[in-house]
Amino acid sequence: MLRTAVSAAVRPALARPATTLAADFAKVTKRPTTKYGGIYTVTLIPGDGIGAEITDSVKEIFEHVNAPIEWEQYDVSGMSSTGEALFKQAMDSLKRNRVGLKGILFTPISQSGHISWNVAMRQQLDIYASVVLCKSLPGFPTRHDNVDFAIIRENTEGEYSGLEHQSYPGVVESLKVSTRAKAERISRFAFDFALKNNRKKVTCVHKANIMKLGDGLFLNTFRRVAEEYKSHGIEFNDMIVDNTFRCSSMQLVAKPSQFDVMVMPNLYGAIVSNIGAALVGGPGIVPGCNIGSEYALFEPGCRHVASDIMGTNRANPAAMILSATMMLRHLGLDPVANQIAAATFDVINNGKVRTADMGGSATTSEFTSAIIKSL
Amino acid sequence: MLSRPLAGIARAPSAIRRYASAAPTAAFAGKKDSNGKYTVTLIPGDGIGPEISQAIKDIYVAAAVPIQWEEVSVTPILKAGKTVIPDNAINSVKKNTVALKGPLATPIGKGHVSLNLTLRRTFNLFANVRPCVSIQGFKTPYDDVNTVLIRENTEGEYSGIEHEIVDGVVQSIKLITWEASERVARYAFHYAESSGRKRVTAVHKANIMKMSDGMFLSACREVSKEFPGVSYDEDLLDRVCLQVVQNPKPYSDRVMVMPNLYGDILSDMCAGLIGGLGLTPSGNIGRDASIFEAVHGSAPDIAGKGLANPTALLLSSLMMLRHMNLFDYAEKIEKAALTTIAEGKTITGDLGGKASTSEYTNAIIKKLGKA
Repeated sequence: MLRTAVSAAVRPALARPATTLAADFAKVTKRPTTKYGGIYTVTLIPGDGIGAEITDSVKEIFEHVNAPIEWEQYDVSGMSSTGEALFKQAMDSLKRNRVGLKGILFTPISQSGHISWNVAMRQQLDIYASVVLCKSLPGFPTRHDNVDFAIIRENTEGEYSGLEHQSYPGVVESLKVSTRAKAERISRFAFDFALKNNRKKVTCVHKANIMKLGDGLFLNTFRRVAEEYKSHGIEFNDMIVDNTFRCSSMQLVAKPSQFDVMVMPNLYGAIVSNIGAALVGGPGIVPGCNIGSEYALFEPGCRHVASDIMGTNRANPAAMILSATMMLRHLGLDPVANQIAAATFDVINNGKVRTADMGGSATTSEFTSAIIKSL
Repeated sequence: MLSRPLAGIARAPSAIRRYASAAPTAAFAGKKDSNGKYTVTLIPGDGIGPEISQAIKDIYVAAAVPIQWEEVSVTPILKAGKTVIPDNAINSVKKNTVALKGPLATPIGKGHVSLNLTLRRTFNLFANVRPCVSIQGFKTPYDDVNTVLIRENTEGEYSGIEHEIVDGVVQSIKLITWEASERVARYAFHYAESSGRKRVTAVHKANIMKMSDGMFLSACREVSKEFPGVSYDEDLLDRVCLQVVQNPKPYSDRVMVMPNLYGDILSDMCAGLIGGLGLTPSGNIGRDASIFEAVHGSAPDIAGKGLANPTALLLSSLMMLRHMNLFDYAEKIEKAALTTIAEGKTITGDLGGKASTSEYTNAIIKKLGKA
């Protein structure tokens, strides 16, 4: 914590590191991460869809650089409910190691299917803050440039409460639960994140014009917290969620500085992170993580299972690799994290070896080899 | 409905079903008066509303559209201590079942019931239809947008049922009913069938909200069986957001239908893709009437200066014509308007031109003659 605070202080105003990965947040220090002989044990849940392929890339790269990580792998799958026992073991492992890397678990749509294990993890571990970083890559022009914002999303309540009932045949109520405590916690996280990462402005995204009490509580709490950070020179504003998109699609091109850090309730985060990813080049390159006071779980920023290209060796592992470097930084292994991130960005920006989602023809393994070569 | 690629295809009524009204779930009186004209209520609105309404009227006269306008104001009046919409406005819309509405200024201060909400409740406006098509001649990062989005408009997250259980803990209820889901689904399929988009995609988050969004999906599936000519699929909200922004093109073959909040957000997002609300039409389909409107603001800063862009209201009025089965007129006017914008010689300031509202209107009228 001290280290990051100091480095932020000596960093000149514009010198935010070139990579997307300047995610710097409070590190949990109450209990040491599972570490033995300088090796960290980390829980690995590849997940469904392309998960196995893209975590293989991470493992390969980590092995090549000799990263001091030992994986405790659990091949949990949400494709059927029979995986529940394994899921529980994975949770125990996470609770032991306190740090994990995961792909996305499939969630069935049918009402008889199990609830989302992705959400269950976030709620049970109370990893309340989802951080997703969207930044344009200089070597990969999209329809938009100069995009550089962080999405901080409340991860444990709101529309994802899972509380639903049929009060009468054909009438269903779904509860969105909003609490002041969690709104305050995520707002503080957002402002602390802004401070540590040398960002200047925090925007609260909401729909308080319609959900006057629920989102109203979120917005008012945000404003109250914002007052406390005024002395740090962090600006704040708020925006109705639909306006945000008009702006993000139109004005981001003209006014890239409009968004810096965005903080929002759970559901809007799902929407904003996907739009953000689309602005910078797709879900294949957007890393993310979930942070709580006890645990940290790293996963690609856009939570797609992508079962359509599963097993075809065509998936883009960059988002997973970059999420893994965020994890290394979280463990204090900055040099190796920077090395891997730099190599990944080099390969993407060079443009010779790219996966299909970025207009290239390279396979997942070719892309991984290219990164290893440039390390 | 702005599906330009389909302009040439004749819209023969489906062989299976034939409706007297415009849509199976929406009222449309469809009676011509003694002069052979349909009467439509016109609510010019505030700010630039009267100017852009005049532009529509002029264009309609030039195109000889068989419509007789009945102009009313919805400026709230005080009645028994409450602010309400004047009765004659309500009655006019009720009688004509179709209305065109300009932008309304949002009254500042408390105590005003939202006019849009009042209209929605009064006429049971259950579906909001928002087509977004890239306009040639107006450059945005996207030039291949052609989406149609239909949003459930009466319940969902906008039920307004909220309470604070204990201090600092709020419950907001998202209400989904079979009845409303089925109604909007049926309209979406009807729309797909009559507009030539032979595919309906329901957008949902049923992996998380299994019961509520799950029921919305079941209703859509049920209705889809009645429309064998229209294919049906489902997609997660997350995926749709991502894919529309990344590449909107694949969405030009379908109609998307979804619960209230998702529709609100996605429709504005699509509008953002094509350059904002100044170019997006909107239609509110209701049980008792349907109201077509420009969803942009009333722009009081340029009101009365003759600078306003009437395109959004014009495009909304074309949705209205199609709702009334007046396809040929809609086609003709749309072509004239879009070529005027594409040529870029006589366009208004917001599109990067120098023309006044009336110059732009006259340019469209001139094009009508050639069509």
